Amino acid sequence: MRQYLEGSHAVAEIVRLCKAQVISAYPITPQTHIVESLAQMVADGELNAEFINVESEHSAASVVQGASATGVRTYTATTSQGLLYMIEVLYSIAGLRLPVVLTCANRAVSSPINIWNDHQDSVTVRDAGWLQFYAENNQEACDLHLMAYRLAEDHNIMLPVMVCMDGYILTHAYEAVDLPEQSQVDKFLPEFNPIHCLNPDDPISMGVLMGPESYTETRYAIHQTMMDALNVIPGISDEFERVFGRKVNCLIEKYRLEDATQVFVAMGSMVGTIKEMVDGLREDGQKVGLLKVIAHRPFPKKIVYEALKNAREIAVLEKAISLGEEGPLLSDVKSAFCGYGNQPKISGFVLGLGGRDITKKSIFEVYCALAGSQIDVKFIDLKI
Amino acid sequence: MIIPVTSKPRTSKANKTGTWRSGKKPHFIQKECIACRLCVMVCPEGCISGDKRCTYIADFKYCKGCGNCAAVCPVADIEMVKEEWWRETIS
Amino acid sequence: MATELFSSGHTACAGCGQALGARLVLEATGPNVVIANATGCLEVFTSRYPESAWGVPWIHSLFQNAAAVASGVEAALRIKGKLDQVRVISQGGDGATADIGMASLSGMFDRGHDILYVCYDNEAYMNTGVQRSGLTPFDSRTTTSPAGKKSFGNPRPKKNIPEIANAHNVLYVATASVAFPKDLQKKVKKALSIRGPKYIQIFVPCPLGWRHDPALTYDIAKLVVETGLYPILEYQDGKLISVKTIEAPKPVDEYLKLQGRYAHLFTERGKDEIAKIQAIADGNIKKYGLLKEGKEVQKKMAAEKPAEEKIFTTAELSKCDGKDGQPAYFAYNGKVYDISGSDLWADGAHYKMHFAGMDLTDALSEAPHGDEVFERFKAVGVLKA
Repeated sequence: MRQYLEGSHAVAEIVRLCKAQVISAYPITPQTHIVESLAQMVADGELNAEFINVESEHSAASVVQGASATGVRTYTATTSQGLLYMIEVLYSIAGLRLPVVLTCANRAVSSPINIWNDHQDSVTVRDAGWLQFYAENNQEACDLHLMAYRLAEDHNIMLPVMVCMDGYILTHAYEAVDLPEQSQVDKFLPEFNPIHCLNPDDPISMGVLMGPESYTETRYAIHQTMMDALNVIPGISDEFERVFGRKVNCLIEKYRLEDATQVFVAMGSMVGTIKEMVDGLREDGQKVGLLKVIAHRPFPKKIVYEALKNAREIAVLEKAISLGEEGPLLSDVKSAFCGYGNQPKISGFVLGLGGRDITKKSIFEVYCALAGSQIDVKFIDLKI
Repeated sequence: MIIPVTSKPRTSKANKTGTWRSGKKPHFIQKECIACRLCVMVCPEGCISGDKRCTYIADFKYCKGCGNCAAVCPVADIEMVKEEWWRETIS
Repeated sequence: MATELFSSGHTACAGCGQALGARLVLEATGPNVVIANATGCLEVFTSRYPESAWGVPWIHSLFQNAAAVASGVEAALRIKGKLDQVRVISQGGDGATADIGMASLSGMFDRGHDILYVCYDNEAYMNTGVQRSGLTPFDSRTTTSPAGKKSFGNPRPKKNIPEIANAHNVLYVATASVAFPKDLQKKVKKALSIRGPKYIQIFVPCPLGWRHDPALTYDIAKLVVETGLYPILEYQDGKLISVKTIEAPKPVDEYLKLQGRYAHLFTERGKDEIAKIQAIADGNIKKYGLLKEGKEVQKKMAAEKPAEEKIFTTAELSKCDGKDGQPAYFAYNGKVYDISGSDLWADGAHYKMHFAGMDLTDALSEAPHGDEVFERFKAVGVLKA
């Protein structure tokens, strides 16, 4: 049913429909509206779950880790400093192969303290062993959460999933969202069936000490699972379409790419602005297109290559930077071309940090820079 | 790809820590024993068993030879002995 | 078999007090528990893949989050409707409890989870090589609070975690020592009978870190109580409901001298420092009334001299075990009593727990009765110290 909802509330509705059983979170702007909504649903008896108020994000992640290990469906949400405070638990959750779902309401990181949107928080934890999806709009954020639970709990995957949605820009934006029926969700997402859990009838030890003789294999298994997920995701996306009647992309989305020689690559809500720009440039007869990256991890390298291989100039636009190097997505896109002969020009642009508006003018600045030589890092809208 | 990252219960039994003993092991004399079970209680390995008086014995597959059983025995019925001596005696 | 819940083959050092403590706790809990364990010696020496010493479901995540992971386990069991059958334990060492895990422990207490938190207190970071923690005692030497020309070791007293737990309105708070296993296990059982947050802190010697003879683990765990340095307490609803009394406190140097971590105090310069440690023990004895009952016992002892001042040695006493026609005697507080012919001591055994021929002074504190029952029996002599 289509409803006009705030992004945070819409995500909370999806988590309710997914019947999360243990929810734990610590308040941090701009994540609060999601967990406040969930707390109210539990208080009103609309959601049969334990809502655990914790003293820190570190404990929020730890609570959902303990609950997931005990065999129930879990949920947490955070952003920025909260996500960074969770980091060691994030690694531990992935290491124990626990299918936790987390929403990151993307926000800049301190210092200086800044509560507005960019991607530095979630991009920083891309190596933690979590599948990581970036939403362009609130409908996609909702759909990615449904996919997140389904993928996380798939016995071929059993890894945590992070759904990233831009703080304020999406979390606080009211949009029309098509919320599914409970019966549809139940059909798509079966009850959580853990491979093993903490249970006196089968008293296993989890989180054991591993030495050099066995640790490597655990990392290999996670990496291999990430690679496997690239093959699993399309099938589950098809099933999503059959159940909910609309398509969901989980890896990439191509926008007017067919004959494009100049291509923008980006993640998250700025894609909307870029689409408008592409439309305008197309009207002017320019062969411009857009590749939206949804899955940052696993990174669909081959698919990205296939989508971009005919482009001559590529602009990677990011709300994050690996300080002292270049944008992390830029590195990933460049590596997709490594080993192939026809290397296009691939330039990196950093913009929209700490909530600075990304306007069509910003995108046009990127477009103009494409004509010159390859750029490693160019800050757009820089006031220095 | 899922590989086991868990351990099965009680599998530490495979690890025979008795090899750690460095020259001393408890000798249960089994004369004065009053079956107070203090030796069972204080063993960090949980490797002492027995029931009635003068039936207590350590499982030397696991005993690390710490000597707490001998130290606590209220009737001095357990003594720490040199392992070589002990081997000769039982053989 | 209860001992199978904590199996042999773990890789703790010989004489490890923490291994002993964990085994005693598991014997008391039985199999229907889930344990969330903090990083530390206990985690390392019990869970080297592919082995595990645990016979109960067990999870380890990180150093500081055992209480939060346990909170999640408890919440999951609650939503599954299984909390009636399965109890949750969170456990860690003193560093995991009093330092890095303090916030998550506070959160667990504050939220009122139905969890027993067990702190195995070996008074420093042993797993990393004996560094100072918030529970390292005054003037004890660690690798990060070394003694030197300008230092006697750790300059601060132990944090009082039991009172911090009380400040959270924790329902049941207790301290214990591995030298008093029955008391320890009684407290674990009592804690598990109470629904809500509970805290037990157990004194567990570390032969390696404290530099003592591994054979002295038990003796040291006993002496620390007998000196008053580690008061054995029990609080319910914030009220002190029992203390382990000391009849005649031993001077602290008897305890200190057995351990290398205090060796630097046994110098001319260290005398004043030992006096300061004695003052800590004296302060505990006064604060918690550790001597109160003991004084009464002493008074009673002084009032009634034994009819016959026969002096028994331990070996002589052990022969009077009520079997094979021998009389049944036991000793209490230095006096030897005759319980031959008592229905409660048939064949020299009392409820299959206590046996004639023994010194039962320590056992009384764990009995459901006090020393008043001894008035019914005839004193036949004194036990040679």
